[in-house]
Parts: sequence; C-alpha cells; structure tokens
Amino acid sequence: MTASADTLPHPPSTPVLSVRGLCKSFGGLAALTDVSFTIQPKEIFGLIGPNGAGKTTLFNVLTGLYTPNAGVMTLQDHDLLHRQPHQVAQCGLARTFQNIRLFANMTALENVMVGRHVRTRRGVIGAILRNRATVAEEAAITARAQVLLDYVGLGKVTRQLAKHLAYGDQRRLEIARALATDPTLLALDEPAAGMNPSETLALRDLLQRIRDDGVTLLLIEHDMQLVMNLCDRVVVLDYGKKIAEGKPAEVQRNPQVIEAYLGGTFL
Amino acid sequence: MIAHWRTQWQLAKQDRRVVYVTWSLLALVLLLLPFVTGMTLGHGWVRIIDFALLYIMLALGLNIVVGYAGLLDLGYIAFYAVGAYLYALLASPQFGLHWPVWAILPLGALTAGLFGVLLGAPTLKLRGDYLAIVTLGFGEIVRIFLTNLNAPYNITNGPQGISRIDPIVIGGVDLHRTYHVFGLNIPSTHLYYYLFLGFCLAIIFVCIRLQDSRIGRAWVAIREDEVAASAMGINTRNIKLLAFAMGASFAGISGGLFAGFQGFISPESFTLFESIIVVCMIVLGGMGNISGVILGAVLLTVFPEALRYLGEWQRLLFGQVLVDPNDLRLLLFGLALVLIMIFRPSGLLPSVRRERELEASDSVLEQEQETLYDRQR
Repeated sequence: MTASADTLPHPPSTPVLSVRGLCKSFGGLAALTDVSFTIQPKEIFGLIGPNGAGKTTLFNVLTGLYTPNAGVMTLQDHDLLHRQPHQVAQCGLARTFQNIRLFANMTALENVMVGRHVRTRRGVIGAILRNRATVAEEAAITARAQVLLDYVGLGKVTRQLAKHLAYGDQRRLEIARALATDPTLLALDEPAAGMNPSETLALRDLLQRIRDDGVTLLLIEHDMQLVMNLCDRVVVLDYGKKIAEGKPAEVQRNPQVIEAYLGGTFL
Repeated sequence: MIAHWRTQWQLAKQDRRVVYVTWSLLALVLLLLPFVTGMTLGHGWVRIIDFALLYIMLALGLNIVVGYAGLLDLGYIAFYAVGAYLYALLASPQFGLHWPVWAILPLGALTAGLFGVLLGAPTLKLRGDYLAIVTLGFGEIVRIFLTNLNAPYNITNGPQGISRIDPIVIGGVDLHRTYHVFGLNIPSTHLYYYLFLGFCLAIIFVCIRLQDSRIGRAWVAIREDEVAASAMGINTRNIKLLAFAMGASFAGISGGLFAGFQGFISPESFTLFESIIVVCMIVLGGMGNISGVILGAVLLTVFPEALRYLGEWQRLLFGQVLVDPNDLRLLLFGLALVLIMIFRPSGLLPSVRRERELEASDSVLEQEQETLYDRQR
C-alpha cells in the first residue's frame, strides 16, 4: 500500500475501490493470489498482464460471479464480499464483457433501458395499471437511454437490434448499457479488442469523456498503446499475482513485467 | 407476406377511423360468434370455441414463462390442474363446500402462483433441456398425487375424479341454464363463452401491459443472456420466480373455469400430452407474440376437432370410410405441425422482434442503395 502512495495522481482520499489480499483458486489452480490495490476517484486504472494472468477472474470476483477464497473488497463504503451480481451493480459497479454479451434480440435502445432496471422500481401492478408514476418512470428510462446512446455515439441506431450492429458499435453499446446503471466504477474487459486504430482512438476519447464526467474506470486491455496513453496507473498481473503497480511509463520499464510478457529467456 | 400485411396495417392505422371500424367489427364478430356458430355448425362447436378460449388463457400464461423469460416448462398443465382441483374441492359435494366463484378463482390464481414458485425455486439454476426434464417431472408428480390422494384420506377421489361440481354462478345467473332474453335463447355454452371471453380479454390486456414494461424487458433480458442481465442489476432469481408465478396464476384461473364448465374433472385431463399441446400452441403461433399465441391456441383446438369430420368427408367422396378417421386425424395433425415448422420455423405470427429484424435489414438495404445512387450522381 505504501509503495503506491507516492504514485497517486490525487491527494489520498477515500478510494473508490479497495481490494486487499484477494485469493481465488479453482481446485488446485490458484487463479488469484493475494492481490491488493486501490483505485482513487476519477482515475483510469489499468489491469494488464499476459493471457491467463487472472484479469478476467479478478473481474468476475469483483462483480460477484465468483466467490473469493480470501480477501476484502470494498466499493466506497459497500462491502462487496458475498454479494450477488445484481447487488454489486446496485452498489455502483458496472461491467462489460470480454466477449460481448448484449441482449442480441433486443434493440440498442432496449438494451440500455434494461440497464436502468436497477435504478427504477415499478413492478407488475404498476405495469398493468400504467398509473402516472409508471408512465413517468418509463418516459424517464427511455429518455435517459436515448441520452446515453447519443453520448456513446449510437444515437442513430437506437431501433436496430443489438446483433445487427457493427462490432465496434456493439462494444460501445455495452458501455452505454453499463453506464445506464449509474456506476461509480465502470469495469471494462478489453473494450478495444477487435477494433481498428480509428475505432480505438474514438474509444479513447469516449473513455476520457466518461472519466471527465466523474466515473472512475477500471480497464483490462491488451492494446498497450491505449493503456499507456489512457491509464493513470496500472497493475500488472502474472499467474494470478501482482508483479507491478504504478504509472504506465514506470511499469513499462519494470524488468519483471518485461519478463512476464516476453519470457525469461529474453533477458 | 405477413410482414407485408403488418406494414399495410401500420400504414392504415394512421387513420383513426380505420382503427375504430376494425375494432368495432372485431367486437361485433366476437359478440355474435356463438350464435352464428351455433346456428351453422351446431352447439358442439360453441363448446369447442369455449375450450379454445380456455386454451388461449393457458397458452398466454405459458408464453410468459417460455416466450418472454425463455424457461422451457413441460409441466405447465399441473398449474391448470391445481386451479381445477381447487375449484372442484371448494364447490362440490366432495367436502360439502359450495364457495362462490368470485372467492375461488382469485384463490385458485394465488395457489397456482404459489405452486409456480414452488416449481421455480429449486430449478433456478437450470436452463434448457435440464429445466424441461425437471418441469416434466413436476407435472407428472402433481398428476400422480391427484390420482393417489384418495387414501388414507379421500381428498381428490383418486382416478374417478370429482363429479357434480357446482356450475359457475355470477350475480344470480346460473351459467348451466338456458336463459330467454327478449325472445332470444341463450344456452349455457353461450353464457360460458361470454364469461371466458371476458377473462381472456383481461389476460390479454395484462400480457400487453407487461410486455413493454420494466418487468417485461427484464424477462427478455434473462432469456437473452442471464449473466449479463444479473450484471446489469436484475435480480434474476426474483424475476424468474415472478415469471413462473404469473404464468401459473393464469393457468390457475383457466383451470377453475374449466372445472366449473365441465362439472367433472379427473387426473386424466392433466396428462403430459396436454402440457405438450400448450407448448405446441405457442411455438406454432409464434413464441413471445401475443396474437401469434392466440392464433396457435385457436388453431390447435379447432383443427383436431375439424378433423373429426374426416369420416363423413370420406363417405361423401368415396362412398365409404377407407381409413379410420381417428388414426387419420392424428396423422394429419402431426403432418400439419411438421409442415408449419418447416415453412414457418419461428411460428405463424413471429414476435415483433423478428419483424424488426426484417425492418432493420430492409433499412440497411435502402441505405446502401441510397449511397450507391449518390455516388452515381
């Protein structure tokens, strides 16, 4: 913890996410071993490492899909341990998926509207009676979804089915859907995967805009150029262990990191 | 072709008068249907229409579970049985109870809904084939219970079933009697027709309201991708249980009406075959689409009945009955199902999502043509 204190971009404040001593194993395989880090408000925090390093496992543990074997995770003042995925979203942690998981047969607009589910509350009775409160809530959901689609640049394809969108648009739709849950921390699992350079550039702008609007970002990414340009700090995982943490430029020079990426024989 | 009609209808709908005329025509047809059918085809057919209405309610209930939430339920008829037996037990000489219908039906809906949750709770983590097998088992368990609950205490009267069930009486009108109003003969089957029609319309209304609501979207989201749905903050457990409960409660109401209408029920009415027929109705009509499901329910009730005339038709055509009409009936029924699945795999009236799919591909084509045109200029 103290090692990272001098690398903080902001004066130390209440961290958005703090993870301490997180362990997760599948049978005999230790996917995560004693992983600790903290993310400060309005940071863009990178999570990098070679394939199979445990990055996505860490995401799945954070978002309640897996239960950790040990460790503490807190999102602002919410304890994330033993929470169901929907409760994690309720606490303010939204995510996207490495292999896009949109609601394929729903329109772009409907996809984002589903994201509003957790911040709205009308149930069956309201739906049947369609009373004033329900109508108002429904209108607010639609309006917010439209705003978010415009925000990520999909304002013109709202009525297209998600599965008919171009690949890059699908990635951005996932981001819009996650933003619809009003997250304090947005966790993105390889958002630039499969994008061409100009799409990646647009994505970088979008992510910066999201940060400027007050959402903290946690980012798994393989596109090193994007990571170096975008992230304030990064953590490097290898075989489930944290091997480095700091500013991208520092981490880049870390011999352990170079070894992890290029193999020991290189040195 | 159906997509074409839909577009035509969308265009015509812009004129208010067209909408009013269409709806009033439809209302008139529904109002006169039992009388016209009774006069032309005979009273037997009015009875068949009554059953079609009961099946519409069943199919719409199952559509919530299978069509919206994507949970394949092969034991759905059990909830129909729960509704029917509840009515039979509370309004027959079996226990000497004679509760009024307005007390039984809500209780039936509630009890069936509870059974829905009972089935849903242990199967929350199952999907697809696995869920289908467990629900199938559930349906059989309920039927076997009903068959065997005659000892040591006689509750359901076993395989003999419960007879002399009270007819449905609403506001002093006994639906089992024939009434004369303004010189018009209104037989019992007609009265039941109007009652069932009322319930059907209410259930259709509920379905329409639900499908475009926050809950309806959550159901579809779970069907599309359960992990993503939960990551978006949908409590998948509760929302799935809600689907099971809603679907089951429709079946409970339908079952209660069935018991009052028939006056006699036995476990034989609630076999696996019945569950499968209801699944066929929604698959055939168009899963997830209300009008498709209604069409499927009507066709699958009326078509097998119409095929009963095969013997007469053969006599007319060939002068004798060549093939046993009952064998031929099932054969043709199966053939019809296979043909529909080959030529309209997503059902006769696919859901609007499919329609949007077509729309979307059209608009993409148009855009491409436009850009081509622009370039040529």
